[in-house]
Amino acid sequence: MEITMIYYLVPALIMFCCGVYGFITRKNMIAMLISLELMLNAVDINFVVFNRYLFPGQLEGMMFTLFAIAIAAAETALAIAIIINLYRAAKNINASDLTQLKH
Amino acid sequence: MDFVIPLLILAIPLCMFLLLGILGMKMSPKVAGTLGTLGMGTVFVLAYYTAFTYFFSGSADFVNGTDRLQYIVFNVDWLAFTPELVIRLGFLLDPISAMMLIVIPTISFMVHLYSLGYMHGEKGFQRYYAFLSLFSFSMLGLVVATNIFQMYIFWELVGASSYLLIGFYYTRPAAVSASKKAFIVTRFADLGFLIGILILSFYTDTFNFIDMTSNPQGVLASTGGATFMGASVLTWALVLIYMGGMGKSAMMPLHIWLPDAMEGPTPVSALIHAATMVVAGVYLVARMFPVYLVETAALEVVLVVGAITALYAAMVACTQIDIKRVLAFSTISQIAFMMVALGVARPDIHEGLGYMASMFHLFTHAMFKALLFMGAGALIHAVHSNDYTAMGGLRKYMPICHITFLIGCLAIAGIPPFAGFWSKDEILVAVYDYSTFWGVWMTFVAGLTAFYMFRLYYLIFWWNEPVYHHKPHDAPWTMSVPLIFLAAVSVVAGLIPFGKFVTWQGHEYIIHMNVTVATISVIVALCGILLARTMYRKENTLPARVKAFWPWLHKAALHRFYWDELYLFITHKIIFNGICRPIAWFDRHIIDGSMDGLAYVTNKASYAIRGFQSGNVQMYVWWYLIGVLLLGAITTICVL
Amino acid sequence: MDSVGSIIMYLVIALSIIVFSVLTVTTRKILRAATYLLFTLFATAALYFKLDYEFLGAVQIAVYAGGIVVLFVFSILLTSHPGNNSERLVSKKRVLGLTAAVATFAVAGWALLHRCGAALAQLPEMSNPSMHKIGEALMGTGEYQYLLPFEAVSVLLLACIIGGVVVARKR
Repeated sequence: MEITMIYYLVPALIMFCCGVYGFITRKNMIAMLISLELMLNAVDINFVVFNRYLFPGQLEGMMFTLFAIAIAAAETALAIAIIINLYRAAKNINASDLTQLKH
Repeated sequence: MDFVIPLLILAIPLCMFLLLGILGMKMSPKVAGTLGTLGMGTVFVLAYYTAFTYFFSGSADFVNGTDRLQYIVFNVDWLAFTPELVIRLGFLLDPISAMMLIVIPTISFMVHLYSLGYMHGEKGFQRYYAFLSLFSFSMLGLVVATNIFQMYIFWELVGASSYLLIGFYYTRPAAVSASKKAFIVTRFADLGFLIGILILSFYTDTFNFIDMTSNPQGVLASTGGATFMGASVLTWALVLIYMGGMGKSAMMPLHIWLPDAMEGPTPVSALIHAATMVVAGVYLVARMFPVYLVETAALEVVLVVGAITALYAAMVACTQIDIKRVLAFSTISQIAFMMVALGVARPDIHEGLGYMASMFHLFTHAMFKALLFMGAGALIHAVHSNDYTAMGGLRKYMPICHITFLIGCLAIAGIPPFAGFWSKDEILVAVYDYSTFWGVWMTFVAGLTAFYMFRLYYLIFWWNEPVYHHKPHDAPWTMSVPLIFLAAVSVVAGLIPFGKFVTWQGHEYIIHMNVTVATISVIVALCGILLARTMYRKENTLPARVKAFWPWLHKAALHRFYWDELYLFITHKIIFNGICRPIAWFDRHIIDGSMDGLAYVTNKASYAIRGFQSGNVQMYVWWYLIGVLLLGAITTICVL
Repeated sequence: MDSVGSIIMYLVIALSIIVFSVLTVTTRKILRAATYLLFTLFATAALYFKLDYEFLGAVQIAVYAGGIVVLFVFSILLTSHPGNNSERLVSKKRVLGLTAAVATFAVAGWALLHRCGAALAQLPEMSNPSMHKIGEALMGTGEYQYLLPFEAVSVLLLACIIGGVVVARKR
């Protein structure tokens, strides 16, 4: 059995779909953030797989993933800072309950 | 000539209008009236000074040998659109404007004085004086205009102030509708005026009267022989300009507003609708006269319209009951006389005698018609009714009014030596020289004039005395003084050697009596007076029998030959139903409908999609994702 | 033809990715979700190792698993009481989520099968990129070298640090 590109891509796709599902269904903002990380990770895998299979001598995909990880880290840190701040203000981190800005 | 005094002549009434208009309610009526009258008195003095300087100083600015010149006192740029298109406001002195500088302040001052008594105790007394000042300002600005655009501006201003004054009793529906009617009819006429101005200015590249009139042949040449619907462009322009004059001067068929304008206070009728504003049309034609001479087709129009109007108005005046309406139709008829005189004026007929005669009649008519109106005002003041049926035998109660009114009637009927005789005689001479047919026509109208004026006179002062609830008496001195003054002027005005002052192109002209014409016209006038005396001196059945003899004619004349009905038919039935209704339908259903539909759809769509704006980020993501997937699917399908 | 060990390795990695991903989004305890995420990330790191990107795998473990997940755990502990289950899902929401996930899977999977299904049956030969090479790629300014993005990311991280401090600061 040959392990072709598609074998790696399908699990990544499933991971992405799980992220989508989680992002849409979860109320807790941290859970939504976790789903976001899943999606990001799935995309990272795609980069790496395409790099590995299509352009094995080069490092573009890998580099992109590297930067994506760094940015994801930054984004998560910031998002969590905001969430904690929100929690302090509202004692609640459910996305649907935080409606003060709407009115 | 220094510009201060001419400027003051315009500025004082304007300032008075602003003062009385803004602060009038803060002062007592007496103060406001006195202020207005004093202001007008000052203008009266200054205008006389200016006019006399012009006529008698002999300065080289004003006169060259025996020819009088046109002199621009000042002319300032008011609106400079482009270097070529500049609208100026200025002050032009020439024989006719100097004459108007005598007529307008005289009548206006008399009316101001008269109104102190007549309008005493009326609500809005201050407002009335403010409007009078506005009118005086506009009328003076109109006559001294140096260019046609300035004239148009002031033309509209007199229209507006006339509107305000006709509708002075704004609580009375009749007055309101009369003012509306006057405004709309004259406005419609002014549309023609404006188009005429534009056409003429387009071809002449100037608004200035002097540029246009000093070289009228050049005006014709500049049109390059262009024609429109069989008439030359110049004819069209002049007829359109004349249309503006027809509206203001109440020529047929635009005369319908003037009789209704009598709803305004009587002094206003004397000032605006008898002496000054309504002659603006005549003044306009006189002002543009050299241009009219180039294109005599337009003068033919002036003549025919004038002659028909004169006869028509005189016939209607014979049957009216309201004394002010009789005077109104008489005014129309007399202005038509002036128009006819202009229409027949040619340089080769007695050096433009008609022009001089027209201006002369304008002058004398202003005096005696204002006198008659003020007399009518005194009568109305005394018996509190406009109809002659409520009057009769008043000569015993109101001697001053009786004598002055009689003088006015004699003047208008053309009995020597009263003012009207001289001017009307000149007109008839000019008309006879032009065409015997129109001469006979106008002589007949002159006879009718004598008849209806004396019919009015006898019905008011003789006839049968009705029962008076309280004894009528003569008016207070503020009203009597103007009457006596104007009566005196009406007696002597005809003796002024008018040919020396106001003639065509300023050439001096010696008036010489044409004995034949004078005799005929006096005999005709006497016949008219005698007929009126027979019919109306004492109560008898003759008038009723005459009425029964020509019932249809009497009925038609009483209803002013159904002109108002015709207008109503045209506007209400044809224009409203034929044009306005469909347009209104279109507006309501198509234009409004499309806008409403747009709003309705937007509204519904907003309701439908406002759920999307839930503020729920997860739903946003969901929709976003659907969009992305659709795009992705489409792309994939296309790429594959 | 891959070796049996490689296939087994692949199966383990793929299965754990799928299973832990699903568990991450379906568990009702938020702390467990974080834990499952950690496992998913580890599985991903293993995948990177298997594809010969050892440096990337190390970064994945260090930054993602080590940094981010710890951050998650801390914040979870700060904002919720451990042991609390999240509320049961409303069926409408579950339907929406499922629709989106399934639709994504269908469209993307379909595109994948059509575009990449037959591509490159064989894993091409590649030696593990050396640290030296990665370092040069990160720090160089030439073609296929990434000094500028590197600097940009460093600025971003700085901004993020400052932002995090400012936002989370107690007033």
